[in-house]
This record gives sequence, structure tokens and C-alpha cells, in this order.
Amino acid sequence: MSNVNITIDGINVAVPAGSTILQAAKELGIYIPTLCYLKGINEIGACRICVVEVKGAKALVAACMYPVNEGMEIFTHTPKVMSARRATLELILSNHPANCQTCDRSTNCELQAVANKLGVRDIRFEGETVNATIDAGVSIVRDNNKCILCRRCIAACKNIQTVGVIDAVNRGFKTTIASPFEMPLGETPCVNCGQCIVVCPTGALRERNSVDEVWAAINDPDKYVVVQPAPAVRAGLGEEFGYPIGTPVTGKMATALRRLGFDRVFDTDTGADLTIMEEGTELLHRIKNGGTLPLITSCSPGWIKFCEHQYPEMLDNLSSCKSPHEMFGAVIKSYFAEKEGIDPAKIVTVSVMPCTAKKFEAQRPELGKDGLADVDIVITTREFAQMVKDAGIDFASLEDSDFDNPFGNASGAAVIFGATGGVMEAALRTVADILNGDSAKDVEFEAVRGVDDIKIASVEAGGMTIRAAVAHGLGNARKLLEKVKSGEEELHFIEIMACPGGCVTGGGQPIQPASVRNWIDLREERAKALYSEDKAAFVRKSHENPAITNLYKEYFGEPGSHKAHELLHTHYVARGKYQK
Amino acid sequence: MAMDCASCAETQEKLAKLHEIIETHKDVRGSLIPVLHEAQELYGYLPLEVQLEIANGLNIPLAEVYGVVSFYTRFSINPKGKYQVNVCLGTACYVKGAGKILDKFKEKLGLDVGECTEDRKFSLDACRCIGACGLAPVVTINEDVYGRLLPDQIDAIIDKYKEL
Repeated sequence: MSNVNITIDGINVAVPAGSTILQAAKELGIYIPTLCYLKGINEIGACRICVVEVKGAKALVAACMYPVNEGMEIFTHTPKVMSARRATLELILSNHPANCQTCDRSTNCELQAVANKLGVRDIRFEGETVNATIDAGVSIVRDNNKCILCRRCIAACKNIQTVGVIDAVNRGFKTTIASPFEMPLGETPCVNCGQCIVVCPTGALRERNSVDEVWAAINDPDKYVVVQPAPAVRAGLGEEFGYPIGTPVTGKMATALRRLGFDRVFDTDTGADLTIMEEGTELLHRIKNGGTLPLITSCSPGWIKFCEHQYPEMLDNLSSCKSPHEMFGAVIKSYFAEKEGIDPAKIVTVSVMPCTAKKFEAQRPELGKDGLADVDIVITTREFAQMVKDAGIDFASLEDSDFDNPFGNASGAAVIFGATGGVMEAALRTVADILNGDSAKDVEFEAVRGVDDIKIASVEAGGMTIRAAVAHGLGNARKLLEKVKSGEEELHFIEIMACPGGCVTGGGQPIQPASVRNWIDLREERAKALYSEDKAAFVRKSHENPAITNLYKEYFGEPGSHKAHELLHTHYVARGKYQK
Repeated sequence: MAMDCASCAETQEKLAKLHEIIETHKDVRGSLIPVLHEAQELYGYLPLEVQLEIANGLNIPLAEVYGVVSFYTRFSINPKGKYQVNVCLGTACYVKGAGKILDKFKEKLGLDVGECTEDRKFSLDACRCIGACGLAPVVTINEDVYGRLLPDQIDAIIDKYKEL
């Protein structure tokens, strides 16, 4: 692409044609504040905090949207610009509750950061704070008092996820972001993915916090509290403690969990390996016996609820496998409890997840046995980080440690579950070995890696061709499913993750502000942490994880056995789009 | 509330008409507002069930439909009464005390703006200038116009319609 020559604040610079003023200024290290803008998600130029002066233009222009032209002269901090930005910001702040100290997003709030950058110390306007009802669901809490109407949540929900359960309602001063008829999110086809939370610049959207429940369990001498962190947690957690994005912190994470007082520290990766055994077997069974195809993965609870609402006719395509942490929860309360002689009623299973939808999933009545839930409490990566801070632990100074026996560390196949394409790759490693009847040295399936919207691969194994596809983000999932339904794509196996990028960029992961997300692809950076762990793993295939082979030998017999079905598999519910 | 068969048939008939409306406008960009207009004409208002039919028919999220309905004051999510009270809040009426007139109607009917009594007899709305500033403050009830109103005249006006 050709370059154009422009000047910004008197500095000459050549930038690619088609760049926005915001991008060009970034090249020169000039800060322009933004609030509503989030690259690739919300590009509407609505909030006007990023205005700059362009020589010859009649009015100030929004730097986030305005493309540069040859010879353009831009000024980013003239008195006119600064006064306009200040007025806009003061007007927003005049309607915003000033209770930052107790806000979920304190010190990680984009509004706070912009106010700090612009040095606002007085607010000239007496605004009107609303007294909005807080919508507290099982997974997501919406607090419109803190909303600045940037509409990023609407964009994530409607355009990226094609769920569209919130939109701008009413107009003028009465505008709010709401679901239809202001009904609670729990009564809408919301899938609890939490993508609205991770794009929110303020504390208007957050997860339902379960930290106190976890502390109560840990401090209850009658309870045996077992914890398991998901694969993606180790790829994001470090960011909460100042590590660069994409730094894996697996060893320190295990130590931190032990220091918090959990009785046993296991790894959801073990559940992931178990999932591959069951799901791989299910796939081969369906192919050989003319079962419903394509088989679609069931690890992502946001995807599952989406399917139940939007594609109830495809529920038979879903794998009957419980998601990895639910499988593992069931194993902890059965096999592990028996082996260790602990009353399962006294066990509290806690999952640390990159996900808000897991909170809804954990309370599904079908995911439990004899009145005991497989997983009792789900906390997000963010809540876990909060606990570490609560406990006064200096994360950086922690030693590395392994996960506890009898499950220990899992396979490299399991750790990549956290990135889009990871479940597919893990499954292909095992399925290919089974079909070929040997143990392949080459275990990497590049075709299903990366952040392309939809990835399709053909894998030859044991004289047959497996047609596999991967979609991440529910908008992409919808596109792929429509192709399957129309017959355009004939597939055996599909991996779907509700969140764009997979679990590494799930709704429960550390929140990075637009000032980071506009320039770095979080999905790729965090995935690198997982692929490096896989590469370094001693065992890279689920079926070669000794804890798993032992579990089948001692307890389940073989994948798909009666006992496995009883504990590791589930069923789904067709849901209307709006239940009344 | 149990429905008798007559209203059952009427419901089915209206629904069929609604589907016709959607079908005519479907696949045309910007069809939502015309569909909402015609649907409101058909039903008198736009309840959840009607908006949901429209959302599904046009393949857009219900939240977006509701967002548009709530944006424009012409659209109503509440049914209208047999007698539709409209209090003008235009500038002239407002300075002549329309606010107090509106408050009186709210109090007497037990309604907020945009609502309808349970017996569907009265609904209350506030509107912008109706062009009868010489009569300020003005209230219309269906086709009847009441001008130069004082709050203590309201009781008698309401009673008149109650007895009709």
C-alpha cells in the first residue's frame, strides 16, 4: 500500500494510505484519548473525546475514524482541541458516580485513565446521576449507573456474537443500554459469554463475584476444597500482576492456589485430556455407525447455550461430553473421593475459569449426581487474581510448583484447549493415532491454528479423510453452521468456541483497555503462551497422559463405557429465544 | 385471562395480517420502521409478542426492534384506552400550566404517561405542540378539544367520559 505524507503537531511523517489520524499519531508516539473506539469492534466515532484539529476543516474531527490525506496538517493539542475534549469529559463525568474506590474496575477503568491523562480536577457541570436497577444474573451483572453509552457492549453482543440481547433504548438524556422491555438478561437468549464485560471501558458490566463463597469454603474445617484452573488461565493471569501479555505463569499459579489454602490443586487440563478420550471415541463411533454428523464440541458453555437458543435443531450434533472442568468435577467427587476415602458431600469443587458462562453452566441441574453438583463454585481469572491480592501474596516472588497427585501435570494437547483450534488439534492427535494404530511423532496441526474466522482442514488417517472445521466467536459459528445446514460444507467434526480467539480471550480473562487492544491482537499473544507450554510438554497427546490411562484402568474401563456415560456425559435443552 | 373463541379467531386473523405485513417489507433495507407503523395500526400498540414476531420475521434482534420502538414517541408498547387523553406540553401550554394539568390527570387516572387503565377505558399521553396555542393549556380526548383548562376542571371532564 502506498504512503501519504502528513504533519502532526508540526512533525512530518509518512503513513500508509487509509490510516486513521489515531493510527498515524500512534506512529509518532502522540497520545490521543479514546473512549468509545475499540478496533474491529466499535468504530462509530460517537464519544468525541478523540477530536483533533485538521487545517482547513470546518469542525474538529474524530481521530479514531478520520482517514489521513496527502498533505494533511493535524494538530492534537491546540487550546480548541483541549477545551473540547475537556468539556466532553466533564459532561460524561458529571453523570458518572464518583465511587471509584469501591468499583470493580478501579485502576483498570478507561474513563478514570482518560480523566487522569487529561488532568481533570474540577467538573463545571452539575450532572444527573441515574438510579438504575442493577441487573444481577448468574454470570453477568449490569450496572447502568456506571455506563457511559459508548456502545461497545452492543457491538460485541450484536455484531461479533450475533446474540444481540442489548441495545440502546429510549433517547436523549433517557438513553440507556438495555435488553428488550428492560427484562433481566437471564430472561433473554444471552449466552453469558461476557464479551460485553471485557469490552466495557468502565465498571458498568462485570461478573457475579463469588470470591466470598470460595473464602467461606476454604475456611470451613468440614469442607475439603479442591481447585482446578482452566488451560487459558495460565496464559492471562500474569497480566494481573504486571507480566507482559502472553507470559505463561503455570508454576506460580499452582503455588498461589496452594497458598490460598485449597486442599488439593488439580488442573483442568486433566479434564481436557479426559474429554479428548471421550469425544474422540464418540467421533469415531459416530463415523463408523452412521451417527449424527458433524459432531460439534461441547467445551464452551457460551456456545452450548447459543445452540440451545438459536439452533435447537442441531442439539444432536453436539458431543454429549460434559465440558472438561465438569467432567473433572465429577471425577473428583467419585473416583478421587473413593480413592482418598473422603465423603463427596464434604468436597467443594472450585473451578478457576477464563469464562463467565461457566458460572451459568455449573448450576445446570443436569451437571451433577445425587444432588451434588459436579462443580460447586466458578470464579474467573480476574476473581482468582483478586483472591491472590486479598491474601497479600507477592505473585512474582512465588516458586514454581507442579499440580497435585494423583493427577499431576497433564498433556500438551490439553493446554492448547485454551486457544481457538486447540481442542480440534488435541482431538486429531489422538484420533489419528487410533486410526493409524501407531504413535505419530509429528503432532502439530498448523491448519487449525491461528485467528482466521473459520478454519477448515482435511486430515488423512487410517485410510480415511476426516473433514474438520474450527470457528471462534459466535458470529463465525453462525456462518459455519449455515454452511453446514445448506450442504455447502460436509464435515465430520467441528470445534466451536463462543469467544473470539477461544478461551484465552474469554469473558472472564484480565481486561485489557482499548489503548492496548487497539494495537495488539490479544488472541494471538495469549495463545503463544499455550503453544509454548505444549511444545515443552513431556507428553503431548491426551491418550499418552499416564494419569488418564490409569483412570481408565482403575475406574472407567474404557472410553464410552457405561460408567463413563453416567459421570462424564450430559444432555441439552432446547430453549426458546425469549421465554415468557 | 381465558380467551373465548371469538377473540381467539381474531388473534389468529391479526397474526396472519402481521405476517403479511412482514412478508411485504422483508428483504428491503430499512423496513423496520414501516413494519412497526403498520403493526401498530393493526394492534393499536406494540407489545412484546408483536415485536418478537417482527424481530423473527425480519431476522433482526428483538433488542434492536425494542430500541427503535422506544426511541420514537409515536410507537407505544402499551395499549391505548377507549378514550385517549393527550396533554399538550408545547411551550405555550407549558408556560400556561400544562404541567399541573398533566399531574392532575395522572393522579385522577392513576396512570403515568404512556400507560392505560386496566379496564382499557383511559390512556394518558403527553405530546408536543398541537397548534392550538391560543387555547393553552390544551388537552385532547380522542377528537374532543379542551382549552384554557384549570386543574379543578379535570374531575368533571373525566367523569363525563366515565359515564359515556
